[in-house]
Amino acid sequence: MILQQIINGISIGAVYALIAVGYSLVYSVLNFSNFAHGEILMIGSYIGFYALTKLGMPFWAAIALSVIGAGLVAVALEKIGYRPLRLRLAPSLYFMISAMGLSIFLQNFTIVTIGPNFRTYPDIFSTTPIEIFGLNIGRLDLIIFAITAISLVLLTWFIYKSKFGNAIRAASYNMRVASLMGINPDLIVSIVFMLAGATAGIGGILFGMKYTVYPWMGVLTIKAFIAAVVGGLGSLPGAVLGAFVLGITETFTAAYISSAFRDLFSFALMILIIVIRPGGLLGVVATEKA
Amino acid sequence: MSVYYEGIIILACVNLLAVLGLSLLTGFTGSFCFGQAGFMAVGAYVATLMTMKLHTPFAVSLLGGMLAGGLISIPLGYPTLKLKGDYFAIATLGFAEAIRLLIENLEKITGGSRGIPSIPTRTSLPIILVVTIVAIIMVRSYISSRHGRNCVAVREDEIAAQAIAIDTFRYKQISFVINGLLAGLSGAFLAHYVGFIQPSMFGIQKSTELIVMVIFGGMNSVTGAIVAAAVLTGLPELLRAAAAWRLVAYGAAVVFIMVIRPQGLLGTWELSWKNIQRLWQGIKSIGSHTNKAKA
Repeated sequence: MILQQIINGISIGAVYALIAVGYSLVYSVLNFSNFAHGEILMIGSYIGFYALTKLGMPFWAAIALSVIGAGLVAVALEKIGYRPLRLRLAPSLYFMISAMGLSIFLQNFTIVTIGPNFRTYPDIFSTTPIEIFGLNIGRLDLIIFAITAISLVLLTWFIYKSKFGNAIRAASYNMRVASLMGINPDLIVSIVFMLAGATAGIGGILFGMKYTVYPWMGVLTIKAFIAAVVGGLGSLPGAVLGAFVLGITETFTAAYISSAFRDLFSFALMILIIVIRPGGLLGVVATEKA
Repeated sequence: MSVYYEGIIILACVNLLAVLGLSLLTGFTGSFCFGQAGFMAVGAYVATLMTMKLHTPFAVSLLGGMLAGGLISIPLGYPTLKLKGDYFAIATLGFAEAIRLLIENLEKITGGSRGIPSIPTRTSLPIILVVTIVAIIMVRSYISSRHGRNCVAVREDEIAAQAIAIDTFRYKQISFVINGLLAGLSGAFLAHYVGFIQPSMFGIQKSTELIVMVIFGGMNSVTGAIVAAAVLTGLPELLRAAAAWRLVAYGAAVVFIMVIRPQGLLGTWELSWKNIQRLWQGIKSIGSHTNKAKA
């Protein structure tokens, strides 16, 4: 029973990990939390939904379309909402407000144009679970886990091995010095948003398959943000670790205490971590620096 | 005055009380609060339960709701206000959601998601007007005092503020508690005006609407926040047909303001006798210029 719960926790944690990485990526370079990330996920989820139902695309093509679409939307939002503030060296408060504005806009624009209905993804994979050593593992959970793992490996490879990844890591230490070394900050920020948007696109499809698609599903990514905070904002391995910790905490609360108090426990976990270890599990202490 | 317009003014005052707190906390002190509706919910439910279960007089219930909003900010602000603003923003958002979930699940006390019906409606226009005006005067005198200027210093540059010996954490904490008090009061008035409360009245959308009012009016101006609260409460009544597009426009306008005019519509301008005189002088000088041009 406990093992079964751990597996359920890992399955939900995998999706959180993918989204939390997007939060952390933007935070590590721009030093603010992109609260419109959830809405990018929502857009990715809708793209995937329409690609599968209206266009009748195969699953892999839907993922590719959603990755590209969500990535481009993320880059466009950066150009509209954040770039002018970046050039003005505005305080991070303004970034957060701008992000909130983008998030309100996208959410309600979707409600007005597409409608507030919940939509269900078609069943692409068989719903009968696989039994391994007496444990029931949903096929969908297994596929979600595999897709997340592949995406995270690719992302890690890109960040740590490629030339652009090198530049992103340099920019995350110090954007100004990096730009003195011939790194184009606009390009780096665009790539970061492209990557964050791409992970949100995949996350959107996975969320849509596991639950449903609806305009305010972006709110769900608060959990991923909590995961990023628990693991340490700005740290990619931290985001993944935090996501699994949160996923397992959630399933255990739901199973042994009460599913109604699941979200309450997540928030309590975050506050607890902030009090005990403000930098998160793997992060550095995030006090304001001059 | 017809009951309809009276109702709009009362609702504007309810929003205004909550916006006043937010203006101090987010506008002047620079701590981004995402969960104002949570504090309103605490005030509303505490005041309602006092009236319904303990049969306290209206004034005592109001005071109870107000204190509840203020007191709950202390343990929430203590761990989160010391850190970077992002943590505080998400903690307040989490708090508001947690409060909503608690209310929904503690059905025996709060009536769950169905809410509490038939609360005695005791909020009247004169009472709320007087309370709102007193609150405005108090917040404005706090802001124009030494302490208020310290708050602005904290918003502008926390490191620099610390360097000139401002206890930044203390000022953020004070602003947060004042904000909680005002939000609690606003919730208590709301419950005793509508006569019915349920957790869905205090969702993320309510918090967003309140913060949008502060941003529209200008982060540096109480007058701006007041004007924005009045206009944005009345506007949806006029534009009932375009209700669905209202929030779309709000979102776009918030981004637009941040990008083009981050100081908000009124910037730092405050309504005061001196500023009115100055404005009048300005109008007169424009008038004399045009007269000269004609001659």
